Amino acid sequence: MAASSDRIPPPFPDTEEPGVCDMADGDRDEGEDIFVICSNPVAVSRGVSQPDNVNEQPPDLFREDEEEEASSATAKYNGVHSDDDSDLFAEAQVEPSTDKVGSSARKELSTSSGPPPSSSVTQSPAAMQPSSSLQQLEEEEDEDIFDVDVAVTNPEKIGDGMTAYVAYKVSTRTSLAMFRSKAFSVRRRYSDFLGLYEKLSVKQSLQGCIIPPPPEKSVVGMTKVKVGMDDPSSVEFVERRRAALERYLQRVVSHPSLLQDPDVRDFLERDELPRAVSTQALSGAGFLKMINKASDAVNKMTIKMNESDTWFEDKFQEVENEEQQLRKLQVVVDSLVSHRKELCGSTAVFAKSMAMLGNSEDNTALSRALSQLAEVEDKMEQLHQEQAASDFFIFAELLADYIRLLGAMRGCFDQRVRAWQRWQEAQSTLQKKREVEAKLLWANKPEKLQQAKDEITEWESRVTQYERDFDRIGMTVRKEVLRFEKEKAKDFKGQIVKYLDAMLQSQQRLVKFWEAFLPEAKAIA
Amino acid sequence: MMVMTSTLSVHGHNIKVTEVLKDGDTLTFLIVSQKLSGTGEHHVDRTYDDFEWLQQLLFSQEDEPGIQGVIFPSLPAKASANPSAKVMKQLGFLGLGEWQLYCKVLERYLRQVAAHSILSKNKAVEIFLTSSEPPGRQRARKNLFNRLSQAVEERRKEGYKDVDEFFQTERNHNLVLTCYAKTAAERFLDVVQSEQKIAVACAHFSASLHLCVEPGEDPDKQAFSKACVQLSEVFDSIKKNMTSVAENDMNTLGLGLDLESRCQEAEKEMLFRRTCKLVELEAARRNAEKAKPLKKAAMEEAKKTAEIEFNDICVVAKQEVHRFRAARVKMLQHTLVQWCEKQLLTAKESADQFNQQLQAFRGIAP
Repeated sequence: MAASSDRIPPPFPDTEEPGVCDMADGDRDEGEDIFVICSNPVAVSRGVSQPDNVNEQPPDLFREDEEEEASSATAKYNGVHSDDDSDLFAEAQVEPSTDKVGSSARKELSTSSGPPPSSSVTQSPAAMQPSSSLQQLEEEEDEDIFDVDVAVTNPEKIGDGMTAYVAYKVSTRTSLAMFRSKAFSVRRRYSDFLGLYEKLSVKQSLQGCIIPPPPEKSVVGMTKVKVGMDDPSSVEFVERRRAALERYLQRVVSHPSLLQDPDVRDFLERDELPRAVSTQALSGAGFLKMINKASDAVNKMTIKMNESDTWFEDKFQEVENEEQQLRKLQVVVDSLVSHRKELCGSTAVFAKSMAMLGNSEDNTALSRALSQLAEVEDKMEQLHQEQAASDFFIFAELLADYIRLLGAMRGCFDQRVRAWQRWQEAQSTLQKKREVEAKLLWANKPEKLQQAKDEITEWESRVTQYERDFDRIGMTVRKEVLRFEKEKAKDFKGQIVKYLDAMLQSQQRLVKFWEAFLPEAKAIA
Repeated sequence: MMVMTSTLSVHGHNIKVTEVLKDGDTLTFLIVSQKLSGTGEHHVDRTYDDFEWLQQLLFSQEDEPGIQGVIFPSLPAKASANPSAKVMKQLGFLGLGEWQLYCKVLERYLRQVAAHSILSKNKAVEIFLTSSEPPGRQRARKNLFNRLSQAVEERRKEGYKDVDEFFQTERNHNLVLTCYAKTAAERFLDVVQSEQKIAVACAHFSASLHLCVEPGEDPDKQAFSKACVQLSEVFDSIKKNMTSVAENDMNTLGLGLDLESRCQEAEKEMLFRRTCKLVELEAARRNAEKAKPLKKAAMEEAKKTAEIEFNDICVVAKQEVHRFRAARVKMLQHTLVQWCEKQLLTAKESADQFNQQLQAFRGIAP
C-alpha cells in the first residue's frame, strides 16, 4: 500500500491536545469538544447548516456508481458485499447513556491508537512482505501523532413526521495534504454513513480489507426519534448511535488503505453527498441486495476450497470461536448494565422515602441527618447512573463493535475464497477452450482455429491475473488480520484502563460523600 | 397465669443469641446469658414458639396497673427453615442471608424485655432465660392484645379525638412515622437486593473472561489474553466491593430501619390500647350520667374503675413515650454512624484496590 509513503509526520499544533496524548490523563474534561481549538465559525461554515442531502432523488445514482467501481472485477458483483452483512445488521438494542460519559468515551476512543504499542512488535511467523512490515513500523511512529481526527457531534432532528431524520455534524481535523484544509466539518445523516460503508465494501473488500461496519439500522429506534426527540429513550438511542458512528469513522480513518479512498475523503469533505438511496430497506435496491446475500450464502456452502495454507483455516476457526466468546460476554455485560440501572431506580426511590422520614422527624439533629442521608443517596444514584453508562459505553459497545468487526473479518476470508473460486473457474474455462482447440485441429477448421487460439490467449492471461489476485488477497488478508489483532489488544487495554480509572474516581467520590455525612450522623443527640 | 414478680438472676444487657440450628423445618436458637452472681452462664435453646409464649405472658399481666400503657418490645414474624415467599416478604431484611439479622433482632428483643422495669419482673422471663426445660408451649389465650381483634376495631377508634394534647400529637406523629419507616425499610431492601444482583453479574463476567484467554505465542494474542485476565481480576474486586457494600447496608441501616419500623408499630399498638380505654371511659361516664337510680351505683362504680385504669395507663404511657423517643433516637444515631463508618471503610479499601490494579495495568502497557 502506498499510504505510508505519503505521510509526513505533522508538527504538533498545540501542546494541550486532550485527545492525542496517552490515555492516562484527561478523562474528566467531559463535554469538551475535542476540537475546542479549531472549531470556530470559519471551519464550520464549510459544513453548511443546511441539510445537504435531502435534495437529490435520482433513484439509481448510487447503483450506477457502484457498478462503475465494480466493473474492474469480472465477476458480477451487484450483491455489494459478503453474506456476513446479515450479522452486521442484526437488531439493535437501545440502552441508556449519559451525555457526559458519551463524550468522554468519544474522547478516549478518538485516540484509538493512543499509547504506542508494546514492544511486542516482532515479526510474526506469518509471511509478511518486507514493505508492509516497514509500513507497520511507520504506522507506529505515526500513531503518536494523529494525522486525522474525526468527531461526530450535534445530532439535530431535521424535518417532521415520518420523513424526519437526524443530521450529525462530522468534524475533521487533519494535517494530511490530501485534504483541502486543516479543519472542516459537514453534516451527514445515518444513511450517508451506511452509503460510505457500502461503497467501501464493494471496492475494498475485493482486496481483502476488513471494512469496519457502522452501527445497525433500527426501525423501532428511528421511528421513536421521528415522532419526537424528547423522551429519554430517544435521547439515549441518538446518543448511542452518535457514539457508534464516531467510532466507526475513527476506525475507517485509522485504516491506512481506507483513508486513501476518495469516497472517504468525499464523505468527510464534500458539502453535499448524493443521497444513498439503496440503503432504504424497502427500495428495489434493498430487495436485490437481500437476494444476492442469500445466493452468496448458498454459494459459500458449496465451495470447498483446497486450502494449501493452513494459516487461513486456523485463523478462520479462531475468528468464529472468538465471536462466540464475545457474544457470551455481551450477554453478561448486558445483564450487569440492567442491574445497575435497577440500582439507580431503587436508590432514587429510597432517597425519597428517607427525605419524607427526615421531614416528619421532630428531633432536629436526627431530621437533618436523615435529610442528609437522602441527599447522599441522591448523589449515589447519580454515581450509579454514571457507572451504568460507563459499563455500557466502555464494554457493551466495545463488545458489540468487535462482534461486528469479526463478522467483517469473516467477510474478508470469504473474499479470498471467492478469489480462489474465480481463479479455479478461469482455469477450467481455459481447459475447455484448449479442448475446443484440440477438436478444431482434429476437425481441421482453420477459420475457427484462430478464434479459438485467441480465446485461449485471453483466458491464459486471465488465469494468471486471477492467480495473482488470489495471492494478493491472501497477503492482504494476512496483514489485515494481524493489524486487527494489534488494534484489538490496544483497544481493549485502552478501554480497561479507562474503566478502571472511572471506577477509581467514583470510589473516591463515594469516600468524600461518606466523610461528609459522618459528622452529621455523629451530631445526632 | 404467672403474675408473681421476681428479679431477674441474669444480666440483661449482654444476653446473646449465639447460634441457630435447623431441625427439619424448625429453627432453634441458642441463648446465652451471664449470671448476676458472676458464677457462670446459662445456655438454653428455644424455638420461636417459646418466644411467643413469653410474649403472651408479658401481655397478660393484668394485675399490673397500667400494663396496657407499655410499649412492648416487638417480636419479628415467625421464620422457618424453608420459608414461603410470603413469609420472606414479611421478614424483609431479616430473611436475608443465614438468619444472622434475625438472631440479632431476637437478641435485642430479649435485652429490651430484661431491661424493662415492669416486664423484667415477670417470672416468665426468668424461666425463659434460665430453665433448662423448654417452657410450656400452650397456645396463648385471646386478650385485648390480640392483633386480629384490633384490626377490626382500628378503623372506628383510631381517629377518636383525644382529651390530652400530648397524646393527640404523639398519635398523629406516630401514624406518619410508622408509615414512612415501613416504606423506607422496604425500599432499602430493594436497594440491597439490586446490589447483590450486581455482585452476581460481576462474578459471571469475571468467570466468562477467563474463557476468552487465547493460547498462542503471538504477542498481540498474549497481550489480549493478559488484558482479559486482568479485567477478570478487576471484576472480581468489583464483586467483592459490591458484596461488602450490600452486607454493610444490611447489617446496619437495614437492620436499623427494620427495628424502627417495628418499634413504631409497637408504639402504635400501645396508643391504640389507650385510645380504646379512653373510648371505654367516656362510654362509662355517659352511662353513669344517664343511669336510672337503680343502676346508678353500679354505673358509678364502673366509671370509677375505668377512670383509675385509664389514669394508670396514661401515667405509664407517658413514661414509655419519653423512653421510647430517647431510645429510638439513640438507636438511629448508632445505626447511621455505624453504617457510614462501614461504608467509608469499604469505599476506601476499594479505592485502594482499584488504584493498585490501575497502576499494575498501566505498568504492563508501556
